[in-house]
Amino acid sequence: MVSSIPKDSQSVSELKEFYRQMVLIRKFEEAAAKAYSVGKIGGFLHLYIGQEAVGVGSIAALTPKDYIVSTYRDHGHALARGLSPKPLMAELFGKGTGISKGNGGSMHFFDRNAHFMGGHGIVGGHISLAAGIAFASKFKKEDSVTICFFGEGAANIGSFHEGLNLAAIWKLPVVFICENNHYAMGTPEYRALAVKDVSVRAYAYDIARDHIEGDEVRKVRDHVQVAVERARRGEGPTLIEVSTYRFRGHSMSDPAKYRTKEELEAYKKKDPLMRARHELELGGIKTEELDKMDLEIQTQVDEAYQYAETSPEPPLSQLHKYVYSEDK
Amino acid sequence: MAILTYREALNRAMVEEMEKDPSIYLMGEEVGHYQGAYKVSQGMLEKFGEERVIDTPISENGFAGIGVGSAMVGLRPIIEFMTWNFSLVAIDQIINSAAKMNYMSGGQFPMPIVFRGAGGAGGRLGAQHSQAFESWYAHCPGLKVVCPATPKDAYGLLKSSIRDNNPTIFIESEVLYGSKGEVPEQEYTIPLGLGEIKRKGTDITLVTWSRALGFAEEAAAILEKEGISVEIVDLRSLRPLDENLIYESVKKTNRALVVEEGWPVAGFGAQIAYLIQKNAFAYLDHPVERVTQMDVPMSYAANLERMSLPNATRVADTIREMLQ
Repeated sequence: MVSSIPKDSQSVSELKEFYRQMVLIRKFEEAAAKAYSVGKIGGFLHLYIGQEAVGVGSIAALTPKDYIVSTYRDHGHALARGLSPKPLMAELFGKGTGISKGNGGSMHFFDRNAHFMGGHGIVGGHISLAAGIAFASKFKKEDSVTICFFGEGAANIGSFHEGLNLAAIWKLPVVFICENNHYAMGTPEYRALAVKDVSVRAYAYDIARDHIEGDEVRKVRDHVQVAVERARRGEGPTLIEVSTYRFRGHSMSDPAKYRTKEELEAYKKKDPLMRARHELELGGIKTEELDKMDLEIQTQVDEAYQYAETSPEPPLSQLHKYVYSEDK
Repeated sequence: MAILTYREALNRAMVEEMEKDPSIYLMGEEVGHYQGAYKVSQGMLEKFGEERVIDTPISENGFAGIGVGSAMVGLRPIIEFMTWNFSLVAIDQIINSAAKMNYMSGGQFPMPIVFRGAGGAGGRLGAQHSQAFESWYAHCPGLKVVCPATPKDAYGLLKSSIRDNNPTIFIESEVLYGSKGEVPEQEYTIPLGLGEIKRKGTDITLVTWSRALGFAEEAAAILEKEGISVEIVDLRSLRPLDENLIYESVKKTNRALVVEEGWPVAGFGAQIAYLIQKNAFAYLDHPVERVTQMDVPMSYAANLERMSLPNATRVADTIREMLQ
């Protein structure tokens, strides 16, 4: 852990902001896990703990006009986009004040205004959908870029290959970000992937590629930025693999017995939050200041929890609403 | 009135809508340079250019997903499946993405997209190319399902489908592309969910759509000579469904027969039979019957294909039995 000590005040404040977002995600997820364990959250709950630097670093490379397409593990991406934790937590609780009015749940956060184009639950299905959003940007001659997150498990489904090929032949402004956390549910990558690095599949579609270690948030941002700018210049898509690790199981119901404690502990030593905190301290930020920040974020998450708990469920009249859109 | 073929009517509808609204594009295999596998998009590439009439590789899942994504941000795609048989590799995008997007986002993402293409049996195309899938798609809330039988309906319904803010499954009958019919020269639309009495009658109600309308009409003509008066209800769209038109007719004739090209098990005709017994039970003099395709995959052999598909003889025979 030697590189990227922030050298000037600008990079210190930038890293501080990234650290704040990552802590927010971590604490949000811990609160969600707690709520799940006492039955306040239903369905599946896939936590982003351990992967925070990927979402935060990637989304930091975007402008408000850019689009984000996410997976069923979407909480971290939504928070990194700046969505308020209150409607997100309320969505997890299935409340009418949720970001998707309680119709979506953990896997389906949507925010049209923030260009947060969803949490999608079918592994890899959203990859061609992201290419479609990028297609529309090109069609409308707008210079928005779409980034699409997915796991390495999604790299083996047809939609991945079709989406990448279409994005390549039409030079669509999209950046495909494979968050390789090394397990597709319980299947380790070496049992499922014919390649050791998903990004080499870029060669098959003659597009740009990159590979990053996902524990260093500013480095993630820097690399994704290169790809985003390439897309914005009209030079087509990039496939990036970011190597990362989830500290929890696939979902709350998964005790993750398919991997060793030693492996988990080794990865925890590369915790992106610890790293950012350490770098901030080396950059001159006092421990007390960071502790205070942590505490403020905890309060923010507690308030979100409170908001979700006290919010009303959606009205029963909502059952049939939204099946079809009535407006033209 | 102009006499147009079914394919020309579809073409005219797309061209007119695309001239009006620059956010509409047509995408699919061979829609551009090849002029359409069934020539429905003939001439459209020349008119609108490669930016709006877009040839794709053979990637149904991929380009269906492109359509859905682009519809999320304000475009109005028309996605052509060369045939609906190939839609099965894109069904994830249709069911899991298009049909759910508005609902699971709490109304944030309307889905103004049309999936269209050839459906049903063509002519000796075998098991993988001879399938009527409207019942599959009609099963799914969030989709609209449209199955026109005539050039006039094809034109008016496609225009409404393109203007609709919901994902529409527009299934054209492969054998009807060359069929001709009168189409008003003035522009018009036909609202989705509005069926039509295609033939007035008093003895039995025949509920049908798409190609099976032809079997119904043929049977009705045969039976007329025997003094049997058949009323034909062409649903035109299965979702939304013009339920009242069915009930009004059944209340008059007291008998109902559903004629559809698809398979019987969990077919849409079963839903219609349920609705009729539920809502017009007291008016029925006979159980609701169905004439469907046989419950087998399609054979290539000419005689077996003939035997598998519904036809006017089977329709007429069933009606005679029902009226005994």
